[in-house]
Amino acid sequence: MKYVDEYRDPKLIAALAHEIERTVDPARRYRIMEVCGGHTHAIYRYGLADILPKNIEFVHGPGCPVCVLPTGRVDDGLTIAEQPNVILACFGDMMRVPGTKGTPLEYKARGTDIRMVYSPLDALRLAKENPQKHVCFFAIGFETTAPSTALTILHAKAGNVRNFSVFCNHVVVVPPMRAIVDAPEMQIDAFIGPGHVSAVIGSKPYEFIAAEYGKPVVISGFEPLDLMESVLMVLRQLAAGEAKVENQYRRIVTADGNSAALRAMQETMELRPHFEWRGLGSIPYSALGIKPAYAAWDAEVQFEVPGVRVTDPRAAQCGDVLKGALKPPQCKLFGKQCTPETPVGALMVSSEGACAAHYRYAHA
Amino acid sequence: MCLAIPAKIVEFPESDKAVAVAEVGGVRRRVNVDLLRDTELAVGDWVLLHVGFAMSRISEEQAQEQMEILLMLGESEPALDEVRGYTFAES
Repeated sequence: MKYVDEYRDPKLIAALAHEIERTVDPARRYRIMEVCGGHTHAIYRYGLADILPKNIEFVHGPGCPVCVLPTGRVDDGLTIAEQPNVILACFGDMMRVPGTKGTPLEYKARGTDIRMVYSPLDALRLAKENPQKHVCFFAIGFETTAPSTALTILHAKAGNVRNFSVFCNHVVVVPPMRAIVDAPEMQIDAFIGPGHVSAVIGSKPYEFIAAEYGKPVVISGFEPLDLMESVLMVLRQLAAGEAKVENQYRRIVTADGNSAALRAMQETMELRPHFEWRGLGSIPYSALGIKPAYAAWDAEVQFEVPGVRVTDPRAAQCGDVLKGALKPPQCKLFGKQCTPETPVGALMVSSEGACAAHYRYAHA
Repeated sequence: MCLAIPAKIVEFPESDKAVAVAEVGGVRRRVNVDLLRDTELAVGDWVLLHVGFAMSRISEEQAQEQMEILLMLGESEPALDEVRGYTFAES
């Protein structure tokens, strides 16, 4: 496994760190947003902020699906779960996300039929095994998981499974990036683009950020060396006054992405005109709903969903942390009321949330 | 849920190749490979799994690298738990 050994080579890390130091302009500050929650976790785990020059700041982006889901949508899903004869199926990450009256796990403890699944197809299987019940799958995630939900809907149609629906909360990664560059207070110099989302959508959808906004985007892998190299690629573009989309993660990501995955999404899903994001507010065309042709499997058609808007707990500043305006420990609740054991906000729930990562690796 | 889990294809139990048996860390489960239908997938190939679906074909070296990343991030056990938890194709 020579390839891996090379990646573990501290000399290569040192050489890249040296090259980064040669490339930075000490007179300016750099704010680089890593969009993907997996990158946030990796940056904390590897302590990359400590290796890099002090004037380079990682701003943690909105790429953590449970973190960006607003409380109102959690409440809507739990309302569906409380309907008679319903089983709500959700991913493990969702189980600990607080709604207004508790987490899905707490609802389950009080007797609501909520099951944890690892795949949307497991939810479909539950429906087949429980023909007298209705199984609703609480779908969350960016373009890495949306194709799986899409294919599951196609399976439900092919098998004529009528006691199954999807509460669709899938979001897409590019519109929040536009919202962030549009927000004048954000002052992001460049983006580290997500790795596995880009394996699905390809590198082309980011081109407008470089072309229209003049911000470099470098799609990155998850190894320390990947992230270091991506930072160097960003710095070189900035030093040359360039802005383009570069693909550091070529071993996984192509320009066009996974066409079968994109086709499955296009067949079953469409962009919603608006969707509420925690911290970022309503962003146009930023989330996927189910197409009318598949309304029989759309929980928002099959159930009365209240569509509530709930403001976050006043003391919790999840929104500001999600936007990168605050660092996790600057939130008043961080490490006090809000910890990974007793999360008040969703950013403390998922290992990809900036607060959970900061608590785990940087909190003394 | 966001874990990208490397697994090796060990069998195509059905003729249409939409389903494969994949193995990771000694755990074998049926997974859906329909999203790689444009790829010539064969027994012995490695893939990255997301929530039960193979999304990318990768090399053995990349599989090893991804496993090390999961190990570094403390996510290798959750990844194996996830694969153990795929039950959809067992019925």
